[in-house]
Formats: sequence, structure tokens, C-alpha cells
Amino acid sequence: MSPLLLPLTRNVHADRRPVALDAYEANGGYQGLRSAMSTMSPADCLQLVKDSNLRGRGGAGFPTGMKWSFVPMDNPSGGHKYLICNADEMEPGTFKDRLLLECDPHQLIEGMILSAYTIQADVAYIFIRAEYLLAAELLRQAIADCYASGYLGQDILGSGYRLDMYVHASAGRYICGEETALISSLEGKRANPRAKPPFPQVSGLWGRPTIVNNVETLCNIPHIIERGADWFKGLGLGEDAGTKLFGVSGRVKNPGCWEMPMGTPIRDILEGKAGGMEEGYKLRGFLPGGGSTDFLVEEHLDLPMEYESIGKAGSRMGTGTMIVLDDHTCPVGFVKNLVEFFAQESCGFCTPCRDGLPWSAQVLDDIEQGRGLPEDMHTLERQVEYIGAIGNTHCALAPGAMEPLQSALKYFREDFERHISDQHCPWCDTGASHAGH
Amino acid sequence: MPVIKIDGKEYEVAAGQNLLQSCLELGLDLPYFCWHPAMGSVGACRQCAVVQYQNEEDSRGRIVMGCMTPVTDGAIFSLDGDKARGFREAIVESLMLNHPHDCPVCAEGGECHLQDMTVMVGHRDRHYRGRKNTHRNQYLGPLIHHEMNRCITCYRCTRYYRDYAGGDDLAAMAAHDHIYFGRHQEGVLESPFAGNLVEVCPTGVFTDKTLVHEYTRKWDLQSAPSVCVGCAVGCNTLPGERYGKLKRIHNRYNREVNGYFLCDRGRFGGNFVNSEQRLDQPGQRQPDGRFQALSADDALAGIAARWESGRVAAIGSPRASLESNSLLQQLVGRDNFCPGTSAQEQQLLQRVLAHLGSSPAHNPSLRDMESADAILILGEDVTHTAPRVALSLRQAVRNKAFELAAELKLETWQDAAIRNLAQDQRSPLHIVCPADTALDDVASSSTPMRPRQAAEFALAVASAIAGDMGEDSAAASIAGDLKNAQRPLILAGTGVNSAELLDAAAAVAATLCTAGCKAMLSFCLPECNSMGSAILARGGAASLEDLLKRAGLGEFDTVLVLENDLQRRMPAAELQALRENVDTIVGIDCLQTATLELSNLVLPAASFDESEGTLVSAEGRAQRFFPVHPPAAQRQSSWLWLQQLAAAVGRAELAAGDFDELSQACAGCDDLLAAIVRAAPDHEFRSRGLKVPRQPHRYSGRTAMRANVSVHEPKQTEDQDSALAYSMEGSADPGRPGALLSYVWAPGWNSNQSLHKFQAEIGGSLRGGTAGLRLLDEYRCDAPARPENSQPVADSSGAFQLLPRYRIFGSEETSAQAAAIDALVGVATLELASRDAAALGVGTGDGIRVAEAALEVRINDAVVSGVALYSAGYPETCYLVAGAQNDLEKIEGWQRKPELIGSDGGGGND
Amino acid sequence: MSDSQLIAALSQQELAAIDAELEHVPYPSAAAIDALKIVQQQRGWVSDASLEAIARHLQMSTAELDGIATFYNLIFRRPVGENVILLCNSVSCWIKGCEKLQAQIGEQLGIAPGQTTADNRFTLLPVTCLGACDKAPVLMVADDLHEDVDESVIRQLFQTAGVDS
Ligand SMILES: Cc1cc2nc3c(=O)[nH]c(=O)nc-3n(C[C@H](O)[C@H](O)[C@H](O)COP(=O)(O)O)c2cc1C
Ligand code: SF4
Ligand code: FES
Repeated sequence: MSPLLLPLTRNVHADRRPVALDAYEANGGYQGLRSAMSTMSPADCLQLVKDSNLRGRGGAGFPTGMKWSFVPMDNPSGGHKYLICNADEMEPGTFKDRLLLECDPHQLIEGMILSAYTIQADVAYIFIRAEYLLAAELLRQAIADCYASGYLGQDILGSGYRLDMYVHASAGRYICGEETALISSLEGKRANPRAKPPFPQVSGLWGRPTIVNNVETLCNIPHIIERGADWFKGLGLGEDAGTKLFGVSGRVKNPGCWEMPMGTPIRDILEGKAGGMEEGYKLRGFLPGGGSTDFLVEEHLDLPMEYESIGKAGSRMGTGTMIVLDDHTCPVGFVKNLVEFFAQESCGFCTPCRDGLPWSAQVLDDIEQGRGLPEDMHTLERQVEYIGAIGNTHCALAPGAMEPLQSALKYFREDFERHISDQHCPWCDTGASHAGH
Repeated sequence: MPVIKIDGKEYEVAAGQNLLQSCLELGLDLPYFCWHPAMGSVGACRQCAVVQYQNEEDSRGRIVMGCMTPVTDGAIFSLDGDKARGFREAIVESLMLNHPHDCPVCAEGGECHLQDMTVMVGHRDRHYRGRKNTHRNQYLGPLIHHEMNRCITCYRCTRYYRDYAGGDDLAAMAAHDHIYFGRHQEGVLESPFAGNLVEVCPTGVFTDKTLVHEYTRKWDLQSAPSVCVGCAVGCNTLPGERYGKLKRIHNRYNREVNGYFLCDRGRFGGNFVNSEQRLDQPGQRQPDGRFQALSADDALAGIAARWESGRVAAIGSPRASLESNSLLQQLVGRDNFCPGTSAQEQQLLQRVLAHLGSSPAHNPSLRDMESADAILILGEDVTHTAPRVALSLRQAVRNKAFELAAELKLETWQDAAIRNLAQDQRSPLHIVCPADTALDDVASSSTPMRPRQAAEFALAVASAIAGDMGEDSAAASIAGDLKNAQRPLILAGTGVNSAELLDAAAAVAATLCTAGCKAMLSFCLPECNSMGSAILARGGAASLEDLLKRAGLGEFDTVLVLENDLQRRMPAAELQALRENVDTIVGIDCLQTATLELSNLVLPAASFDESEGTLVSAEGRAQRFFPVHPPAAQRQSSWLWLQQLAAAVGRAELAAGDFDELSQACAGCDDLLAAIVRAAPDHEFRSRGLKVPRQPHRYSGRTAMRANVSVHEPKQTEDQDSALAYSMEGSADPGRPGALLSYVWAPGWNSNQSLHKFQAEIGGSLRGGTAGLRLLDEYRCDAPARPENSQPVADSSGAFQLLPRYRIFGSEETSAQAAAIDALVGVATLELASRDAAALGVGTGDGIRVAEAALEVRINDAVVSGVALYSAGYPETCYLVAGAQNDLEKIEGWQRKPELIGSDGGGGND
Repeated sequence: MSDSQLIAALSQQELAAIDAELEHVPYPSAAAIDALKIVQQQRGWVSDASLEAIARHLQMSTAELDGIATFYNLIFRRPVGENVILLCNSVSCWIKGCEKLQAQIGEQLGIAPGQTTADNRFTLLPVTCLGACDKAPVLMVADDLHEDVDESVIRQLFQTAGVDS
């Protein structure tokens, strides 16, 4: 057996046809589950995941084992505990979970069963965004197959462990991806995030202990359980363990999504996999991990995609899906599009986000439309300062919204100023479109 | 107690609080919107931001929300630094992006928390150049005006309306900056506590519609501490007056009673004083029935002339002050005085008093009730008989949530977290009533039963508590809930007219105490001074029936009726008989009533807002109300009329004296009343050497407001009877006694949010002490004997047992005469189970006759078969006897009455 | 309307689907979003009558349910056409010219974003990122995702649907 270097996508075919249960099993699927159920206690599993240094792939990069360890394991009242898979993937420029969901649903389900077993959850949900219809259908089918094969239900593989699993298709709204808003939504309510503490691990869905993990995070679990922590750590090129799905969109030759080791240099992704910029376009900058991460620029191309090095460069790994800004696209328009997105997707609970983001968007619109005033730069800076820090708002949506803006003000300041001094967008002669000429 | 550092200074603060609370208690002005002292924190508005430093070395710090940050020993904060200030200013600026800046035409203007906070953070220059979002307003009924454009999305309205008060027809709609707080469709807000939105909303989205139509700014309102006369709960109120008219009623904080909230009967019902039915002048009825005005002297002389025979009886009233009642009693002598209630009602009130005096259980204040962790309600639809109590019970069922929260070490102010944790888990609340009740939505069980059955059931519960499980599993399970509780509450009342039920309630409470629980026992009573008149009558008193009988025997030729419409207590024929049996009826009242129609001589009484007096609430709390403004026209306090009458009939010993002396005399009537003089400071009290003003510092136009009548400024009326002054001069010391809290206002805090400046601690008692005095705490007496006749009512021939359906709007006499409430009263109905209705051949909307009343049928399958539930206290039904057996008869050709008003044609701007 | 009349506003099929959801939630209102989606699936949108009926069935107030329905952008509280076009307007599609596509679709169908064609066949709704940014610009028509959309793709799309430009 050749060493498995790209575990997450080993069942992903070029034509993206989904892998059904039999093919999944034929390729070693549910082996990890089988052996864990007969040989490992929940505590063993937890230790393994802790040792693997797996960090959440949903954007924040929180160590998964540590998160799980906050779930109370004594459960005297016998009430439910929940595991939720966050498949809401709605952040602009992010399209990695779709790949895993559409191509290999059983990998996710096996990961969820193992994770649920570890925290001794008895109910699991997959919270999937409304528009991922194909994925939702595949998951429902896969879950039904699992019940039929004894991987889900009363007495999983004769272990005595019981788990029920449901797919909940959302009804829209990016904020549902925020884990506490997701819980509100799963409870059938308006998707307002919740203050922490208490953390969902102790009081989550319906007031019960709950773990929320990203699709990709959970897809790693079967492999870690089957092959061990050292194997997993060895997959990364540097500090960070495992592999990661990286994606690129924008004016590159070959936009797409690929599994690569953690610590892969950005250049290998942007130029290697994505083929570099389209003919006639130059790179001006890129958001390394989705629409709520800070711009990086040319000088950062040789950084490894690792939590720490990206953080040191002033941005975040985020979801690992990059959005490229080219020289034919107006950076003000680019940021305006993002800020408008976040303003529209604000849940409306807290003031800086609900009212501050539309205000920022309005200022950006004024600048873009040639109505900007010099003082607008100050207004934007003030917004970045007051909205941009975690803790200033009720959840992380609004600070995320400020990241591209704040770094655009740093890297593309002259572009903003030129808009204001010329009372005109340099990329837009007609005033109708600001991108992609 | 933790010590924290704020801007370099150390402070000792109470543990378990959040920083915002601590700051406010320390007198540090930290602005906020979404936090509410009674509703806790959710962290929505982000206005209370401060900077927290990790340690002394940390020079940057990070912004945290004061309301979401627990105070822990050694924590370091800055309120004053540029970072915190800049953030708070940015928040107000953001909140104001879409605000219409329509303060001049806004009913909140001058007492607007948003205005105050805007000034406090120093926001002045507006940078936003975009368009403002606008909304369409909704018609929300005759009480509340809606103006959504002013909304700052603090979520207080829905948190109050839904989470706190249990209403479900107001919700947050849409998302991001399109959020809208309203109903699904236009229509009357359904919660009987909707009026508190006026005070909960920090700006002018929800305003008092009755005020909007006759607008006066807060600074031009004259106000005085008052007590609601809408029911026996005794909520403390702050009525506001201008130009001799009552403009609005606000909540007056009393930690033990109403806290921060009133019910809508209390808030809007007091407006009856502006009714066209008000009496302005003394007068006499001429032989042709017309009313002829008399001077006060002539009227008194006329009464005195009839007094000479010495055959005078008097009827007092449970809605008149103790002082007026007791003076009347002394004037005619105990034997000839009836407290104004029927024999049955007196019996019930005396039983309540005796149970309170003999029960080992605690007689709780509303605040105590909020600590109950298991509740049994017997016979009362509390929302409609003691409305504010129901709001407290809605908080009590949350104790389960607080228990769960304590396990996770969540502080009680972490509102959203605790609600998310507990979801729909509540402390047990069991209701046994004639039909469904307005608390059923939070009840663990609600079982319709007749009072007799309910009493038997309650006794079964008591037996089960005592260990005798019997056969009734429902009783056993309720017994279990009560017994497992730390502070179980048993609540009954006089509403269903059943002595048995009162006794059974007391029995359950006593058994719980024997079983070692700290049980509470509380009774709902009908009127604002029912308890006061029960105490006055406890030595024995004539009932209405006695008096009428004696009048029939020719014992009296003059009967004086004080603030009591006898038609509400006896069938019309008996009142007519009284009329025929005596020569003269003297009526003293503030509103035109059927009794006054029959009176030969009439004296206009001042209403609650024009007079001083003491009322005793159901809890036994003596509370003083003060005139808000001098009485208009020839009205005066009924005790003043009685003093003048005493003078006219040569009873000099009763004729003299100011209010305090009168109160003193009343206190001497009964040991239990001895303390009433301390219910409020006397007229000699001075705060910092000065009287307490009724008018705020900014009161305008005093010298000019009567200029259209006369350019000569009248001398301000001097208040000889109390420590309050009809003036803006004096001492508005925030530490003045709670009973003299004439308004809440503090520098920089123009809205009611300034209350914290008057509190010893947030949500604690007032700095000058809680208003009112409990009279029954030391009272011990024998348990009441079993009633001689356990059959509540004599007539048992009819096929249906008549039982009352109380309604917050309609069942109470005075509030129903307030114009806005009148619009909500609706038709008098009779509720029947569908089986019974079918047998009678009637359906919803048909007419039905019961005794002399013609009512409209409503089918309600929560009504026990064989029971007919009539709208209680309506003009059509007020003399029906609860519990009586009657026959029902379909009325042919009944015209269905129109339903409640639907709309006044849209929200409409000011 | 009485409760039973109101609930009769829902079809047996809808009620059965909602009841199936109710089986695994702790209290009925927790199934609010599923119920709204079930009814919308059948009827295209959620009318006031449907909203009231669902609320009654879930033992919750209409106001509360409306608050939930209006929060989520993919619950339609106004009628939509037979085919809803969800056109992504987020950043990657914007870079690749989604504004032009929006203009072109609008022109061909004669509607502005948010509107429905007179023949009730199409509604055009700009939406946020559809999670297919590597294939930008993208749109969904009647639940099908179309990738790398350009003028010709749109022309073809409407040709198959019989829309003449
Ligand atoms: C506004 C917002 C949107 C988010 N959307 C997603 C999402 O769509 N998918 C996701 O996995 N995490 C999302 N997150 C992160 C989650 O809150 C949470 O951290 C994550 O699901 C945890 O999973 P992980 O530990 O496996 O990364 C979002 C966070 C925020 C603040
Ligand atoms: S930052 Fe505030 S308003 Fe924005 S989504 Fe989070 S909680 Fe809602
Ligand atoms: S009062 Fe603290 S966030 Fe609103």
C-alpha cells in the first residue's frame, strides 16, 4: 500500500461523480469506524484527535480535540448531546466543502459517527446551505444506506452505541454558518448568534452540550482514527498537521480546489495548481482564505499556508480558499462588493454590524461613484477600528467584514485616494460596471 | 466583595453583578440601551462598551461590553479613555443613521433615553450621507402608538413583550438593517401588559396613544406618588397632570410590589378621571328627577337637616380610602355602618384575613411571589383579577431556568444564555379554575373545575402532601411538585365566591409548612381597598343585606353612600326598594353612577389624583396616595366632605384636623391599622428643610398658563395635608422617602432610566426606603371556623352554575370608563361548552338570557359542562352571583354585536 | 377562521411532511423553518394564509413565524415565478462580470432584479456566493446550477425555455 498523502480527496474523481456506499467500503471506508467501535473508548478517540493537532477547517482554526474535551462526559440526566456538521459554506470565494459533500458523502458521515462517538452524542445534524441541493440529496441517501448497513441507528455495529443523523437544509443567510447562529437556526428560530460563555459545548442546541465542526474538519477524523496521530502530523510540511483543501478563484488560468499538505507555499497553489494569472492580467493582491480575510500581496507569495505564518503576515488562513484581485479590477469596487455582502448578511442583532456595515458600504459606494470626500478615508478608518475588533461586536461576522477593507486601505490606499481626488473610478469609464474589463 | 479598578480608582462592588450595573451603582454614567434592570443583558446595542486591561502592564486593553462583563476581583477597566469614548460615540452615530430626528413632534421628547445617551456620549456631527431607511407604522390599538422609523433596534420591546410578559403577537421581522418590530398584521396588541412598552422602549417607537393625542412634555407634567385603584394589588403609580387634566400614568417603582411594570388597566384605566361622567358640583335631585346644582354650604345644610332625626345609616366602600371609610363609620356609629359589601363578600374577606392571621405560611409580596419555585392557583384567572401578579408569576416559572443556570455558574443577568439553556423548561405551575386562563401558556397543568370540585381536589393535594396518596394521581403529582419545591406558592382569591376554596388553599399551604416547606399563601381580592375595609369591619359589621333589611323595617330615613355604586352589588329591584324605604339617599362619588341617579343629594368627590388617602392592598400593605393636582371645580376629598358634614351636624370632634390627624384617628380604630400613619411621612416632613416639589425644575408657563382666563397669576395652592408642594421649588433629593417619589429625574438622565439614581442598588429598594408598610406581618388569630353553610349560594334550582369570567378591561368599574379602555371592553358574553350550547340550541354569536341579563354566547370547550361563564363586572352582569345555579334561555333574533375595533386608519404620524 | 379551517389550508401531503419533521424536535415551533420550506416547495411561496396555517399547526404565533420567515432570504413571502433565477453577485462572480449578466437577463426578460416576468415564468433574484467560485460567474435556475455563464449560455438557457429576446 502506497502511503496515503491526500486522504480527503482519495475518493474524488475528476468528473466529480459521487462515491456510493459500496465503492466507499471497497476503498477501505468504515474500516476506521469498525475498528474504533470494537477497540477504542471515547476517551481513546479524544486523545488521538488531540494528539493529531487537527485544527478546525471552518475558518477559526480552533484545535478540534481541545474543543471536544469541553463536552461534559458525565451525563447524569441522560439528556441528549449533539454533534453538528457545519455545511453552510456561504463565505464569498469559498467552495471547498461542496467538493467533499458532493464527491464523498460517506467520508463525512463516517467522520461524524466517530466524532459523535467520541463525545457520546446521540443525535447528529448536518446543517447544509439551501442551495447545495445535490449534496443534501446525496447525504440523505447515504444516511439511509448507513441505517440499512448498521452504521447508524440503535446499536451501531453491535457496539451498543446509538446515533441518529439528520440533514437540515437551511433557508439562506450567511450568518447561519456562525456556529451559535447555526444552533439558533436549527432550533427553528431567527439565526441570531449567541453570546459566549456559555459555550455550545456545555449549552448548545436546545440547551444541551453540542459540538459544531466544519465539513472538512470532520472528514479528517476517519483517517486520523484509522492511521493515527503521527501519520496525520506527518502529512503537513511544517508546523500544522494534515492536509487542507485550497482553492483559487478570480482571474487565474485554472481556478479550482485541490487537497495539498498544510504548509504548501502560496505560490505553489496560485501558480502551480491555479496556473498563474490569466493572460493580460496582473496580480495585485489576494484574500488567502475567503472573503473575510485580509489582503496579502505579491511579497507574500512564498509564505507557507500555515496558521502562524499567514497570521504574522497580517491575514488569516480562514477557509484556505483564495480570491485573487487583478489589475483590471477596481479594488474599491472589490471591497465594496464584500462589505455590501456582509452588510446584507448581518443578522441585525448588534449595532456596529447592523448599522455600521451599511454605513461603510455607503461610503465605499460614494467613493466608487465619484462622490467621495477626503474625510471619507477617516470615516472608513474609524469604522475599521470600531467594527474590526473581535469583541466589539456580538459575533465575528462584522470584524471579518472589516478585514479586506482594512488591508485594502493599507495596500491600495492610492487607489482610494485617486477615486476621491478624480471624483471618478479609474476602472470604470461608463459608470455601469467596475470589474472585469 | 470584589475590588475593581476603573480609570485608576479602586472600587468595591457587589459580587455577581455585571460591570454596567456596578458602574451605575457607583454613580458612573455609562450609557446603555438594550440592558434593562429587570430583563438583564443580551449585548445587542454595544453602547455600554468600556476598555478592559488584562493587567497593569497591558496598555492597549480591549473593548468589552459592560453589561456582559462580570465584575471579578482585580479587574481593570477604563470608561473615560479615548478608545472607549470613541467607540461609544460611534455606536450612537450608527444608531442614529436612520433615525428621523423628529424630536419636536415625538412624544418621547424630553424624556428620551436616546436623546440622553446621545448627549452623554457627545455625538454631534453626523457623517452619514446616505438615505435613511423608512418603515410603515402599524395600528396597534387605542393604547399604543407605533412609529418604527425612530427604532434603534435594541430589541428591548420584543424581549419585554415576549420573553418577559409572555405576549406572542409582537415580533422582530426581517434581518440586517431592515429589522422591524411589529405585528404580523395591524391590530390591537393582545398582551394586557403592552403599555409597559412605552417605558421600556428607549425612544419614541412605542408611545402612549392617549398622551399623544393630548400631548404634554414630561417637564410640564405635575405629578405625585399615587396608588392604582384598578384592583387590590396596589401598584405604585405616577400620574402626570397638566391644565387640570390627567395626561398619563407612569410606573412608580416599588421593589416589593410592581417593580418596573404596570398592567394596562392601571396605566390607562386611571383616565376615567377625565370622563364626561365626572361630577363637578354638589346638587340635589328635584322631584322631576332633574339635577339642580347647590353651593357646598346649601348641600351640607340640606344633609344636616335630614340628619336631625338621628336615623342615619352609611354605606362605605372598598374602593374609598381607609380615612374616608373610618370617618364615615365614626360619623354614623359602628352599628349603622356597612363597609359596602354583601354578606357573602364580607364573609370571604374575613376568611381571607383570618387565614392570613392564622396560616403558618408566609403572605408574600409580589417580589416574594417571583421567588416561588412551584405554584398552585385555585380559582383565579390571575391575569384578569390581579393582573400585575400574573406578570410576577410569569417570572416565577423561570426559577427552573435560574436553577439550571446556577449549575453552569451563569449569573442571573445573562438573559439570552439562560433562556437558551432552559428552552421551554419551567418551574411547575398548576391551575385549577372554572375554565382556561391567561396563564395556561406557561402552566404545567390547567384543569377546569367548579369551585366545589376544585376545593375537594385541593384537599386531595393536601392529603397527598401529608403522605396520604389517595387515588387522584393528578393531585398526587401536583403534591409532589409542591413538596419538592423550596418556596411553593398557593394562590386563591375571592373571585369565584367560594369560602371552601379559600379554606382549601389555606389547608394546602399549612400542610406544606408541616411538611417542612417554606410555603407562601396569597389571596387575590377584588378592589383597591378591599383589605382595608375588611380590617375596619373585622370586629363585625353590617352587611348590605342587613342594612337594606333594617331600612325596610323603617329603621332609617337617611342613607349616606360613599363612593359605591350599589347597583354593582345588588339587583336593581333591591336598590329600588331601598330608594322607597328611606327618605333621603346622599351619594358621594366622583363619577356618575346608578346610585347617584337615585340619590337626593349628591356631593362630588375628588378622584384618586385629586385627593390623599391610604389604601390597603391584598398583601396587607398600607400605601398612601397623594393629590397630583388640586381638585377641580367643587370637588374635594370625600373625607373633607365628611368633616364638613360633621361640623354641620355638630360633631365638632370629627370635624377638625388635617389629613394626618384624620389618619391618626383612623389608626386608632383597630390595632391592625395602628401603623398606617407611617405608610408615608406626614405633612410636617421636610426634605433638606424643604417641601417636596410635584413639578420638575423645568416646569414651564406657571405664570402664564392661565393667562387666557386671567392675567393675574393665582397663588399656588398650598398643600396643608402633605409634605408635597404644588410647585417646582423644594427639594427633589433622590434620597427622599420612597413614598414621596413625585418624579424620577436626574441630571443628564431625563427619562425614566434615571430611576437607578434613586435606588440603593440596581433593582433594589429606593434610597429613601420602599413605599408602604405591611400591616399583617405580626397579625396572629385563630383559624376561621368552618363555614356554617358550605353551600355558597342558596339558589340551586337552575341547570347551569354561573361562574365569572373576569376581564382586565371591562370587569372593573372605574377603568372601564376611561375612553381608551372602553374601546377594548367588548360585549358581555356567556361561555358554554359546545355540548351544552348544542342542547340549548345556541352557538357563538347568539343571544342568551340569564336572570335579567342578555348576553352573547361564546363556545369554549375549556368550560366544564354545566357551567356558564359570564363576563363579570359588566353593567349587564355585575349583580349576578358567582356560583348560583340558573337556567339559560336562548334569545331569538339576537343581533350579533360588532367585534373590537380593527384600525384607526393606519399608524399616522404625529 | 377556526383552527381546523386554517390547518385545512395545508394539503395532506404538506401536513404529513411537517409531522415527520415534528417527530425529531423537542417542541413543535422548532420545526418552523422546515415547515416553511415544505410549504414553499409545494406552492412556490408562503402566503399569509399558509403562514397562519403553519403557525397554528406548530402552536406558535403568526407574528413569531413571520419573524422567522422574513429573516431567511430563501423563504419567499411574496409570489415568485415558476422558475427562480438565483444569480450570484458576490465577489468572485463580480470579478467575472456578473453585473453584465444581470443586465443581460434583465433586458431579455424585461424585469429588474427582484421582479417576476409578466407571464409569471421567471423571477430574478441576485443572491450571495453560491459556492462555485472557481466556475464564476454562476447562477441557478429552478434548482440547477449553471457554471461559467456568459452571454451565450444565457441565450441558450432562455432559448430552451422558449423566451425570445
Ligand atoms: C459569520 C460567520 C460565518 C461562518 N460560516 C461558516 C461556515 O459556513 N462553515 C463553517 O464550517 N464555519 C463557519 N464559520 C465558523 C463557525 O462559527 C465555527 O467556528 C466552525 O463551524 C467550527 O468548526 P471547526 O472548528 O471545525 O472549524 C463561520 C463563522 C462566522 C463568524
Ligand atoms: S456582528 Fe452582530 S449583527 Fe453582525 S451578524 Fe454578528 S451578531 Fe449579528
Ligand atoms: S446595554 Fe450593553 S450591549 Fe446594550
